[in-house]
Amino acid sequence: MSARTLDRPRLALVLAALGFLALFLLLPLVVVFVEALRQGLGAYAAALVDPDALSAIRLTLLVAAISVPVNLVFGVLAAWAIAKFDFPGKSLLITFLDLPFSVSPVVAGLIYVLVFGAQGWLGPWLEAYDIQIVFAVPGIVLATVFVTFPFVARELIPLMLEQGRDDEEAALSLGASGLQTFLRVTLPNVRWGLLYGVLLCNARAMGEFGAVSVVSGHLRGMTNTMPLHVEILYNEYNFVAAFAVASLLACLALLTLVLKTALEARFHNSNRKA
Amino acid sequence: MEMSSNALALAPPRAIALPRSGRRRARRSVIPGFGLTMGLTLAWLSLIVLIPLSTVFVRSAGMGWTRFAEAAFAPRALAAYQISFATSLGAAAINAVFGLLTAWVLVRYDFAGRRIVNALVDLPFALPTAVAGIALTAIYASNGWIGGLLAPLGITLAYNPVGIMLAMIFVGLPFIVRSLEPVLEDFNAEVEEAARSLGARPVQVFVRVILPEILPALLTGFALAFARGLGEYGSVIFIAGNMPFKSEIAPLLIVTHLEQYDYAGASAIATVMLLAAFALLLVINLIQAWSRRRMER
Repeated sequence: MSARTLDRPRLALVLAALGFLALFLLLPLVVVFVEALRQGLGAYAAALVDPDALSAIRLTLLVAAISVPVNLVFGVLAAWAIAKFDFPGKSLLITFLDLPFSVSPVVAGLIYVLVFGAQGWLGPWLEAYDIQIVFAVPGIVLATVFVTFPFVARELIPLMLEQGRDDEEAALSLGASGLQTFLRVTLPNVRWGLLYGVLLCNARAMGEFGAVSVVSGHLRGMTNTMPLHVEILYNEYNFVAAFAVASLLACLALLTLVLKTALEARFHNSNRKA
Repeated sequence: MEMSSNALALAPPRAIALPRSGRRRARRSVIPGFGLTMGLTLAWLSLIVLIPLSTVFVRSAGMGWTRFAEAAFAPRALAAYQISFATSLGAAAINAVFGLLTAWVLVRYDFAGRRIVNALVDLPFALPTAVAGIALTAIYASNGWIGGLLAPLGITLAYNPVGIMLAMIFVGLPFIVRSLEPVLEDFNAEVEEAARSLGARPVQVFVRVILPEILPALLTGFALAFARGLGEYGSVIFIAGNMPFKSEIAPLLIVTHLEQYDYAGASAIATVMLLAAFALLLVINLIQAWSRRRMER
């Protein structure tokens, strides 16, 4: 399919595509690091060890550490129910599981304000018991769980549908328990797809801005995640610090892309062997 | 088998083709755990997604039609919808052209660094939107890397609808490329060769033979990119300028209402945006059903 040497019109097409990608994808990435280092390494490092930056990093890690495992467990349960059994309304259920991807991040934040906010459904009750969900860490976690809700399930469902039920039925007929069957048979079969879903889920959990921005109180050092901290610094015209924190998130994105590419290669190999 | 995610890594709705096995239900599965997993799935789905989402509609319904219409179709809201729709349509159209070019080049031609370029296409999925927003602003603002070169010519790319479109092009690009790649890979080269041997020029081959074949995938990618642009917030607000009636997108107007504790106003606009998103979801599903029927033919 591929010619070793490209003729003129083909070379022009390749150059046009690469030019477009360099302008729209590569340049933004380069800008982040150049702007972050504009005043040298000292200023860069100072921005990262600032107490508010450190607390934003801690909160981002905390939010991901809660929302990713939660969605991992849920994704496995949903995929098991959908792939291993027949029931009416299966396509509708899959559409519902994917729903958070069609919702604007801002709306994703809004719905939790409408449920848990002072004027929300549960507002008076929460106030009576002095529980704060919105404009506090629990709200940030909830909004993150919402926007990352489909990642694991949507990787596992097609994979488990494709693999069918024969392996599980064989294990069960040989006397394995349900849990043993899942741990020893199903899980090894889907491990790469599972990791892939977790990887993407984590990238989104750490990077989410819109939904978290709506439910966060924007309190420095308290309810600021890394993306929100970038915004605050940027709006204060503290560009070097904003880009310094942004560069950490850009590194996370690059790491995600590298791992994703590696997993894809792994995945293809394990399928070829099967 | 292709990894599903290869096709549409972080993309919104993707139809999962279920095996047609309606008749097989007679056989009872020996696999345990249906009640447990299904029950937990439905409970969790309702608690996290369905019930919270319903609040938007309940709140809007509670306003009564007159007050709802006043908030949802206020002049400022109408201007915001118009800006949101126009910019995301424009960005999706530009992405359709350059996304097709990118997918074509990545699938058809071999060149140094092709695998790195292929991985880089997913950058907008992986890069947090706030980071994209400030980076694009640093490039296109009138004192920015590229904006600074064009400012003396009287061209401004940021703090106006052009800036909004630039951000939406960034976030939407992978949807088009990842939709098109699988169909371009599967494309039957013999048909193309036959057309060429019958004397068709390359442009004719493309328009008459290839384009009809990849049209469903192109439309799907276009609709996905359009939907993503419509809801996008993080990357846009930094570069948009955010002037009411000029460069204020609908998601930002929701946030503005919320900041003024006008929950009703925010819910009304959110209702309009949710209905638009659901309509697009339906369109995408219809395109995919159509494309599956075509493949079965």
